[in-house]
This record gives sequence, C-alpha cells and structure tokens, in this order.
Amino acid sequence: MTDTAWIDAALTSARPQAVGALLRYFRNLDTAEEAFQNGCLRALKSWPQNGPPRDPAAWLIMVGRNAAIDEVRRSNKQDVLTDDAVISDLDDAEEELADRLDGSHYRDDILRLLFICCHPDLPATQQIALALRIVSGISVKQIARAFLVSEPAMEQRITRAKAKVANAGVPFETPGPVERSERLAAVAAMVYLIFNEGYSASGETSEIRRPLCEEAIRLARLLLRLFQSEPEIMGLTALLLLQHARAAARFDASGELVLLDDQDRTLWNRKLIAEGLALIDKAMRHRRSGPYQVQAAIAALHARATKPEETDWVQIDLLYGALEVMQPSSVVTLNRAVAVSKVRGAEAALQMIEPLGERLSNYFHYFGVRGAFLMQLGRNKEARVAFNRAIALANTSAEAAHIRMHLDRLMRDNQPSGTTAARK
Amino acid sequence: MLYAILCYHDEDLVGSWSKEQDDAVMSRLAVVQDKLKKEERLGPVARLLPTTAATTLRKDDPPVVLDGPYAETKEQLLGFYIVDCENLDAAVGVARDLGAANPGGAYEIRPVGLFEPGASTK
Repeated sequence: MTDTAWIDAALTSARPQAVGALLRYFRNLDTAEEAFQNGCLRALKSWPQNGPPRDPAAWLIMVGRNAAIDEVRRSNKQDVLTDDAVISDLDDAEEELADRLDGSHYRDDILRLLFICCHPDLPATQQIALALRIVSGISVKQIARAFLVSEPAMEQRITRAKAKVANAGVPFETPGPVERSERLAAVAAMVYLIFNEGYSASGETSEIRRPLCEEAIRLARLLLRLFQSEPEIMGLTALLLLQHARAAARFDASGELVLLDDQDRTLWNRKLIAEGLALIDKAMRHRRSGPYQVQAAIAALHARATKPEETDWVQIDLLYGALEVMQPSSVVTLNRAVAVSKVRGAEAALQMIEPLGERLSNYFHYFGVRGAFLMQLGRNKEARVAFNRAIALANTSAEAAHIRMHLDRLMRDNQPSGTTAARK
Repeated sequence: MLYAILCYHDEDLVGSWSKEQDDAVMSRLAVVQDKLKKEERLGPVARLLPTTAATTLRKDDPPVVLDGPYAETKEQLLGFYIVDCENLDAAVGVARDLGAANPGGAYEIRPVGLFEPGASTK
C-alpha cells in the first residue's frame, strides 16, 4: 500500500459514522458534508505527520465540527481564524472525545443517514444515487459512470434528491424500537436495490457496475455490525455475498449472460460463499425467518452444489413456497415454477405459471421461462411464440441474445424435418 | 517451545481486496509457510471469517449467547480450539460444554474460512 492509501481507507470507513454524527449536530445535510470534507482536508495534512488517530471517526467529527463552527464565525466576522496547528495537535482531546462518543448514538446516526436516502417520494434510482453520494462518499463522476449517464445529469439528480429530502424534514429524534426496525427494513431494501443495480447489469456494463455490488456488500456488513442480532440483516448480507460470489462466472468472454446451469462453478468465489453460508447458519439460530433469509437459503443451495445435477431442487421448491407466503408475488411464483419443473416436470410448471400470464404480460422472464417449459414439452411452435415475445421485451442485449440462442436451437432441431425451416 | 502467531488487521480493508490481490497475498505467505513446513515446524494455520460471522458465549451463570464478536477489552486472549462441527448450533454446544468445565470469561466462536492442518511439529 502507498503512503496515503491508508488515509483514504480510513476516511472511507469513517465516513458514515462521521457524516451521521455531523448531521445530528448541524441538522443540515450540506453543512454536515462540508464539515466532513473539511475534516478530511485537515486529516490529509495532520495524519501523515502525527500518525493515524486512535479513533479516526471521532477525530473527523470533532475537527469537522470545529471547522464548520469557525466557518460560521468567519462569515459573521466575529472571530479571528483558528490556527491550523491548534487543530492538528489533538492527541489529548481525542482521547477524551472518544470516551464521550456515545456508542449507542452512532448506531442511530448511521441508520438515520441511510434512512433519509430511502425517502418514499424518491424513485429507486435517486435513493441509490443519494446513498452512494452521501453515505459511501462516491464521487458524482463515478456514480454517473455506474448509471451510464452524464456527470451533469447525475449531479442534477442528486441535487434534486437532496432538496426533496431537506424539504421533507430529517427525523432527528432518537427512534423507538418499532421505528428503528422500520427504518432498518427500509434501509435494508435500499441496500438490496444498490446491489441489484450492479447485479442486473448486462455483460458490457457489468465491469463498470460491479462496484455497486461491492458497495452494497460493504453497507450490508456495516449494518450487520451495528445490528448484530437481526437475522434479516444476516440474511441480506448472506444473500448479497452468495450472489456476488458468482460474478466471475455470470458472463462469458463475449459478454453474454451465462445461466446458472451452464456456469463454470470453479470460478465461483469460495471465500464469499463460505461467509454467506456461515451467516445463514447464524441467522437460522434465531428461528425468525424472513424474505432475505429465505432468498439467501435458496442461493446457498445453489452455492453448495458443485455440479448443477447436485442442486437440491426439492428444498428450493419448498423455500420458494415459503417465500410466496411471506411475499406473495408473481415473480416469486415464476421462480418457484423453475424449481417445480426440475422436481415434477415442465407440465406441472407450465400449469403453475399459466395464471400469471396476464399480470406478467410485459415481463421478459415470464416469456423466457414459459418458452423453455414449452420447448421441454416439445411444443416448439408455442415455444417460438413465447421466445419472440421475450426478445421484444428484453431489457438488455444479453437477455435478447440468450433467448435468440434458444430460438436457434429450435430452428436447428426443426430443420431436418423440413416442415418449419422456411418459417421465421 | 510452540508459539502461536495471532493475526490482526482491518477486516474492512482485507475484505475489500479483489480476488487477485487476495491471491497474491496468500501466495506470498505460502512461500514462508512452505519453508516452515519442510522443516516440520508449522502447525495448523487458519484464516477466520469476518467478525460479522462471529457469535460469543459469555460464560456467566447462566451462560449467554450473543451475536457478534467478543467486544470487551478487560479480558485477554488465553487460548483457542479448532473443532469440527456440523453447524453453529453444534459449535455453541461444544463451547457450552467447555464453559461448564471452566466458567468465567467468554468464548468467541468464529467459523474458519481456510484451514491447513500443517505438518507435524516435534
């Protein structure tokens, strides 16, 4: 590591706590961010000479806060400038402050900081952009890159989101247990959104968007450290780890999506899988199941299978059944149908998804899955209709390319008979 | 004399290493370990999963199981066990048995991510 890399790492990891505490102090997001920036600038001057402080977050909170107060005084022209030397020598004060920093406070500080990004009036993409900017401290340029939009467009999006949050009023009172758990649920959902934003990227953009997945995992781990006994946060973290573990196998050299069954499982990241499995194991002891835990358990069954044939589809079917009860949705049923097709055959699976046709009439995956079931049953003509519809609805070129592969296979299978070769 | 060498680092930082970075560190370590192995001086080597995966058994009366790592600083690390268990429940069970034989203090239970049994030491 280079000389200053440790400072960057320390600043990044202290950021949520420091900005969260400064927000509590100033009750204004812009002031809090500015104060943190000031703290960082002074850290860059002071830390290389004096070494890292014992508690970087506490240091940044105090220095940032003092700097912001000076700023106010300066603009009021009431006071003289503070000498930098006075601030950079904080060893004694730091110790005192670290003791004063209330451990239980900062948990709510970070939660609040994440929670204000989850404002229900903000569309998902704005929530994510705001969280990445404010909580993670990722530059507007990098966020714009991950979202494949121009920097000014992203700047505007974040500014607008911030204004909305400010107008809505930030909840500063210390939350009660019910509120706290509601906030935690909203924040968990947002962390999952961040992950999906990276995970659902197509082959061409998956490299660029990969940091979104990594950032989501970092935030999930942070939440887990703050709320150590929440099985759903263990489940969320496990789910992200287990899905991200497959990253290297999900796209082929030409950027095309590789389905789970066809992935080279030696490319899966065993370290992440081990951590994910351990977290589910830990969550299960609480006997308080929830959607993240169930989804993580499903991902775990895939992760445990070293070959596709070894996948425990019976158990996956059961878990999707449990998920259907917790979170009834057509998409969950559609996923369950895939497991059902492996356990009880394509006919049963097809029957299961038949009633979803209306609700999912614009859903790419519905037609992709339906086409695959029909193809397995040898109903090629109907399969082709479903696949064509899927291509029309594809969200990414990788999705479309994947379906086209099925269509090509249908064409090849049909060609020898000569009856359908001319038909497109 | 056998010596235990306990590894401390910032898990956020280590956790953010890419697979390539991680592999590079591991292969540099392997060079040092291989030399010790040849000399039959290397015992078991373990890499623990992050503290987020930890569970703590406080050996109070009655013992209390807590999620998360051992966070107190007033007690010191005095020893460790490596035990093969079906799952965390079983590991907590073993810790409880040990705790009953030696109450007071705490056990932190951490899943092991990587384990090398090592060559026999004299």
